[in-house]
Parts: sequence; structure tokens; C-alpha cells
Amino acid sequence: MKRKSSALPAGSEWSFESIERYDREIGRVAGEYGLDGYRHQLEIITAEQMMDAYASIGMPVYYHHWSFGKHFLSTEKSYKHGQMGLAYEIVINSDPCIVYLMEENTLPMQALVIAHAAYGHNSFFKGNYLFRTWTSAEAIIDYMVFARNVIAECEERYGEDEVEQLLDACHALMTVGVDRYKRPPKLSLSKERERRKERETYLQSQVNDLWRTLPPRREREETEVERRFPEEPEENLLYFIEKNAPLLEPWQREIVRIVRKIGQYFYPQRQTQLMNEGWACFWHYTLLYHLYEQRLLGDGFMLEFLQSHTNVTCQPPFNSPHFNGINPYALGFAMWRDIRRICTAPTAEDSEWFPGLAGSDWRESLDFAMRNFKDESFIAQYLSPKLMREFRLFNILDDAERPKLRIEAIHDEQGYRVLRQRLADQYNLGSREPDIQVWNVDLRDERSLTLRHFKYQGRPLGGTRDAMLKHVATLWGFPVRLEEQDENGNVKLLTEVKIDRRRDRHDSAAADADPQP
Amino acid sequence: MLQIIDRRNDSKNKSAVNRNRFIRRFKGQIRKAVQEAIARRRIADIDNGEKVGIPAKDISEPQFRHGQGGRWSIVQPGNDRFVTGDEFDRPSGGAGDGGSSASPDGEGLDDFVFTLSREEFLDIFFDDLALPHLVKTQLARISEYKRVRAGFTSTGVPTNINVVRSLRGATGRRIAAGAPYVKTLRALRAELEQLESSGAGESKRAEEIRREIARLLRRIEGLPFIDTFDLRYNNRIRIPAPSTQAVMFCIMDVSGSMDDEKKQIAKRFFMLLYLFLTRTYEHIEIVFIRHHTQAMEVGEDDFFHSRETGGTVVSSALELMQQIVRERYASNAWNIYCAQASDGDNWEADSPKCRDLLDSTIMPLVQYYAYIEISEGDPQNLWREYAQVRANHPQCFAMQQIGGMADIYPVFRELFRKKLA
Repeated sequence: MKRKSSALPAGSEWSFESIERYDREIGRVAGEYGLDGYRHQLEIITAEQMMDAYASIGMPVYYHHWSFGKHFLSTEKSYKHGQMGLAYEIVINSDPCIVYLMEENTLPMQALVIAHAAYGHNSFFKGNYLFRTWTSAEAIIDYMVFARNVIAECEERYGEDEVEQLLDACHALMTVGVDRYKRPPKLSLSKERERRKERETYLQSQVNDLWRTLPPRREREETEVERRFPEEPEENLLYFIEKNAPLLEPWQREIVRIVRKIGQYFYPQRQTQLMNEGWACFWHYTLLYHLYEQRLLGDGFMLEFLQSHTNVTCQPPFNSPHFNGINPYALGFAMWRDIRRICTAPTAEDSEWFPGLAGSDWRESLDFAMRNFKDESFIAQYLSPKLMREFRLFNILDDAERPKLRIEAIHDEQGYRVLRQRLADQYNLGSREPDIQVWNVDLRDERSLTLRHFKYQGRPLGGTRDAMLKHVATLWGFPVRLEEQDENGNVKLLTEVKIDRRRDRHDSAAADADPQP
Repeated sequence: MLQIIDRRNDSKNKSAVNRNRFIRRFKGQIRKAVQEAIARRRIADIDNGEKVGIPAKDISEPQFRHGQGGRWSIVQPGNDRFVTGDEFDRPSGGAGDGGSSASPDGEGLDDFVFTLSREEFLDIFFDDLALPHLVKTQLARISEYKRVRAGFTSTGVPTNINVVRSLRGATGRRIAAGAPYVKTLRALRAELEQLESSGAGESKRAEEIRREIARLLRRIEGLPFIDTFDLRYNNRIRIPAPSTQAVMFCIMDVSGSMDDEKKQIAKRFFMLLYLFLTRTYEHIEIVFIRHHTQAMEVGEDDFFHSRETGGTVVSSALELMQQIVRERYASNAWNIYCAQASDGDNWEADSPKCRDLLDSTIMPLVQYYAYIEISEGDPQNLWREYAQVRANHPQCFAMQQIGGMADIYPVFRELFRKKLA
């Protein structure tokens, strides 16, 4: 029998009233399921504005830099040539949570986006421990405004080129400018402003203290064991540079700090992509299906919705021309659904693998998983044998020292645990990105900075390392070295940049040097 | 309470600043790309935007990344053939199941391609030519418009209502909307007729039918004669309105001494004149005449790319031009412009003949004649003769000896000044 949709507006044209009604209904159902997010705010934008938003990583406010122009140009080109569609939505982890709806979307798409972003992502932002500890949703927009003003002010005072060069270097180091373990203090705008003045006055003198050439009690110091600096290796390069680079002006430190803070804000997003997207997909699916079952939505709506939904959550196999790695939407969605299934209808296998989970209240179990995991641990904890079979996962070992690739595990009884652990490791940012730390600063002599790359699984650094080292040198102002320590503890010098900004002399050399003693 | 904010009318081009920064930063590379584009494109295409590519390597934003090598353990979906312990060769690059999911550097070697807008493109074109600012804006701006008819729209102001179209639409709507009534009406009339003919004209049923017919007629009557929905308005749009038509003769010496570099300079010379003409005239034809000892009319490709050897007789080209004008461009309907580029070499005895031709027949025909001599040394014999022509026609004859692109503009100074005044 044909369902007659009576309650919610049908058709593809949206209006403000219909969006509001959809939001109310979706919100009601989300409330019944106990989803808890920030207040949200829907903003209607055009495709052009969507491209603008793309270029500035979704932020409504951002400082100016050529690299955003580059992203804009390439987005514009591929969009205009029809090579790519624009995302239907962008959602910002802020309080209130801002959700962009594109004008071109049809009404069912708008409803999908509302359920996906305003209730799915939003509740994830509010609940997940990474976002709770590392980002401050209520302060981010204000902070971005603050950042833009500071940088605009610096451009005015010190010239666009100066600022641009500094930003280039900072952007390059953004991924190694985050605290991975230390909890950063909460962003607070008023405090930032206050501190900025303070920092400008005092920081410089403190830093210079480190380089004081004539210490008062020279004789005694000579007898001391040479002090290591930093005492512990530092993983956050930008933080180290901000606090210790000898030649930076106060305003330059301020900019380094801004880029660092923004990098830190985006760090949780990179660690929870699979969970976050899967969570949002799970909820748009669940919420809209619930409305359909309550006969509030028509079949036409559901067909359009399901078509978009399946497009997003489709996983092509490895040998398909469309294959582009594991689709985080697909695997994430499947995993959340699977957890619900394990809770409500566990098989014997599930009871064996997930004794605590099988048969528990699914709402509570999902909520717990959402709050306390990131991609890596989420997979290690929840990926079930059933899903591995469904996705037909297999594990290849590519060892440069062996002539052939080897299949280490497939979706069978012996392989499940290996697969799960390997896949989890694949989502571990720590192993995906090179581990580079500030190792030593030569305080006495040439003031050089030594970075050390800790090799993991024998993986070398890529060809960008020379360019990267130049960026570090720009900030540091004195020679910079990059060493590599392999898993056996052998250290060798990879490359170095000789520079001394005081004499304004640029002389760089990059070479694979002999192993150091 | 839900907040919906309509941002569609917010300021557009939020990325304009960033875009300009990008272009500013890579001006060197972009200029090079634009120069290549100019060499490639046709003279008449100068007035468009252009897709330009600059090497992706130059604009990459590096990050610390892993390189190739080491041990990578990769999980992939869709296993349809492998069992544990299988070994196989590394796939040779490209897509598929290799260990390449950790891409080495993520830095492609391809060009980063993007589109420069018309303004940006011209800006860089002008930069090379050292045009005065006033002239730049004059050339880049499309200032005059005229309104032309462009069909009909459903919105507009009352003065633009098109009565015929509107009523035609109304009629159509009335017919369509009344169709169901008319159908029933026809059936009822047939029935009534049958009743009347069978003598039951006064029966209760006949009375009922008559009432129903009256009701339906009222219904049809009640359809609005014209509805706002039917209204059609004449649509007028603005289009750039340069005035009339012009023909531009490009004359170039293609003797062996004109190398590719000189031809590229000459090409910009022709382009600049063309650009000027597009601002002033609606329709422009370009005639390419190349010459060595004999002149020939050719297409644009041949004009710039083929090369001949031998001596030079400039008058042959002037004669050909004169002949073409006589045959195809009767001078009262066409504005004739001529741009001539040469390295100045001419057969000694031919130069006075050229002067005569110009003085007596060609100069009265043309609006403006521009000559550039692309050479470094002393002016050749042709220059001396042309100098006399300039003396006779100072308003519409310009000549310049040039070494590089920046010298081109002075040739047109007189031309542009006239228009700007």
C-alpha cells in the first residue's frame, strides 16, 4: 500500500518553513534517542560561498594566505569542470554548532544534512573525549577573529611578505606543532588578549636570557656538566620554536602561537575521522528511518535519501577503478550499525568476542563508545569478525627488503586478530606520520638546533625533508640539523641547513652525511 | 529555538584576497605561463580569460612525510583471491592493490592548472607592454552598452508587458483549465438533445441537466480572464556596444632574418592593436599578409609559423593590401587599420616605391597605420622613406624602432590619445 506522507512537506523545493519543520521533527526523534549536542544554527549559503568555506577549511573567519587562494582555485576549477561535486554540508565544531546548508540542495538533502551534521556530528563534537579535552567549542570563532586581526595588524606593520614567509614556515610545521599527550589549556579570548601584551613585553627578555653570552659566574659553569637543552626531547616543534627560537620578534612568536593553536584545534578531527563520519551517517540513517516508520516521510523522500546515503557509504573493492583506500564513511557506518546489532541480536560468535557488549542496552553502549575512543582504539575494540568478512578485509605486508608482497592475514579464524590490530595501527596517527622531535640545542657554540627522526618500521623520511628543514631554519635563525635514529638506536645525520640570520647570510647544504659517532 | 540564517546575500568573493595573494606570489611563474599562452592563442582570442598551468612543484606546501621504503602493513577491502601466505610481485605503479597506499611524497609532477579571469590575464599582458595605467583601464573596461531584445520573461515592469504574448498565455490557460467542464458540458448537451428529441424535454431529468449546464457555464465564465501568471514582459538585456566594423591588416616580413622571437614581438604588436579595435568596433576582420619578395594572404597559423627565405620587397605587400581593400573593403563601410612589422630590410630600389604607394593611395584609405621595425642597429632604408610619410600624415601614421615588448606601446600612443581625449 502506498504511504501517504502527511506530516512533513514533500517535494524537492525547500523553504525556510519546511526546513524548520524538518529540524523540529528530527530534533524530537534525536531527543528520544538521547542525542546530546550543542545548540545549532543553520546557515544557508550558495555554491560559491561553499567554495570559499572549503578554502578556509570550513571556518567562517580565517586570516589571509596565498595557500587558501590556491585551494580555492583548484576547487573552483574542478567544480566548474564538473569533475567534482561540492560536499553537501560543512559543520563547525563550535558552540553554537554552525551547519552550512547549500542553497542548491533539494529538501530531502537538507533534511539529510540536518540529521547528519546538526545532530550526528554535533553530538560527537560535544561528547567525544578528544574534542572535550583538546578543543574549546565556545571560544573557537572568537579566537579565529582574534587571529585574523592580529595577522592583519602584523601585515600592516611589518609587510605582507614578512608575514607570508613566516606563515609558510608555520603551516609546514602545523602537523608537528601539536601536543599529543599534554592537555593544552582552554582557549579563552580575554585571557589571550591580556596575555598577548604581557608576552610581548616579557617573553623576548626571557628568551634572550638563555643566550646570555657573559654569565655572571663563569668559572663555576665551566666545571658543571654540560646542560642539555631541552632536558627532555620535545615533540611539539612549533611550541618549542615559539618559546625558544632566539631571533624571533614578539609579533612573530604571536603568529607561531596562532598557527599552533589552530593546528591543535584540528588535531582531534584527524584522529576521529572514521568514528565521526560513521557516527553522523549512523544517526542520519537512524533518525530519518525512524521518521519514515512514523509515517512522516514519503517513499519519494526515502528513495532520494537512500540514493545519497548509499553513494556516500559505498566501499569499492581494492581492484575497482573507483578504489581509493578504505572509505571512512562506509566502515564507520558499518561499525556503528554492527555495534547496535551485537547489542540487540548477538550471535554465538559475538558473545564470544564481545562478552560485555552482547545483549547490553545499545543506546548506552554506543554512547560509551562515542565518548571514550578514537579511530585507532575504536577499531581495536569494536571491529567484529562479521564485518571483516563482510568487507573481505585482507592484510598485505610490503617490506622493502623483500622482493615480493606477502598476504599476512585474511578474513578467517586465524586472521581476525591480526587484521584488527593492523587496521587499528593504520589509523594511528603516531605511526602514519613520521615521529620527529627536538633533540638538542647547542647552547654554547653555533646555537644549532638538532631534530631527530625516530624511524618506525624502517620507514624513511620523504623527499620533502630538505624543504621542511629550510622552513625550520627560517624560524630558528641558526643552523638546523636533522638526524635519524633507527630501531636499533643507530643515529645518522640526514641533512642540515647552515644559516645565520644575524649575519643575513643564507647558505644551505643538504647531504647524506656519514654516520655520527 | 532554531536559528536559520540566510547568508546567500553576504558579501561574495570572500576568497578574492587569497586568490590575489596567490597570483601575486607566483607572478613570475604565471607570467611565464601567460607568455606561453599568448604564443599559442590566436590574436582574436586575446580578450578572454585563460587556463594557465604552473608547475605543481613550485607551489607545493611541504610537510614531514614518510618516503618509500621500510615495512608497510596495509589492510584493504574486497579480497577475492588471496589466502594467507600468498606472495606476489609489486604492482608496477598506479592504482590497485600495491603497497602504494602510503604515497611517497604526495607531490605530483603535473602542473597546477587554474583559470585566470579576463582581467587578470590582460593585466599580465599589459604589464609586459608597459602600458600607461589610463590606457589599461580603457582597454580592459567594457564601458558602453546597448539594450537589445532578448525574448520574454515572466517578471518585469508594467511598461514592458507584451500584450499579445500575455493574452495568448491567458487563452491557453483558460482552455486548459476549462477542459474538464467542456467535456461534461458536451456530454450533458448530447443527453439533453436526446431527451428533447424523444419528447421528454420537460422531464425532471431534463430540468436537472439544464441546471447543471447553466452551472457549468457559470464555472467556465468564472475562470479568470487574465491572471498575473499569464503576464509576459519584453525582455531587454545589456550587451556591450562598440560601434561599427573594422578591418585590420597585419603585414609581416617573413624573410629569413625574422626569427621566432621577433615574430613573438610582432604578435603582441598585432594583439594590442586588435584589443584597441575591439573596444571601438563591433565587428573586426583580420587580414594577414606575409611577404618576402612576393606577398601572399595567409591564415593566422601560417602567418606566425612558416618561414621563407630570400630577399624582401615590401611594396608587394602594400600592393596586395590595396588590391584586397578594393575588392573586399570599400572604404566608406569599413574602418581600415594597418599594422606592419619588419626587421627593416628592404630591397634598396623598392623603398621609394613604398613611400609613393603609402602617400598616394594607402594613407587616404586607412584610419591608422602603425609600423614597427624590430632591429637593434641603425634604421634601414625603409625607415628613412617612412619617416617622410610620417611627416606628411602625422595624425595617423606611427612608427617605432623596437628592441623589446615594452617599446611597442609608443607606436600606438597617438591612436590611444585620440580616443582618450
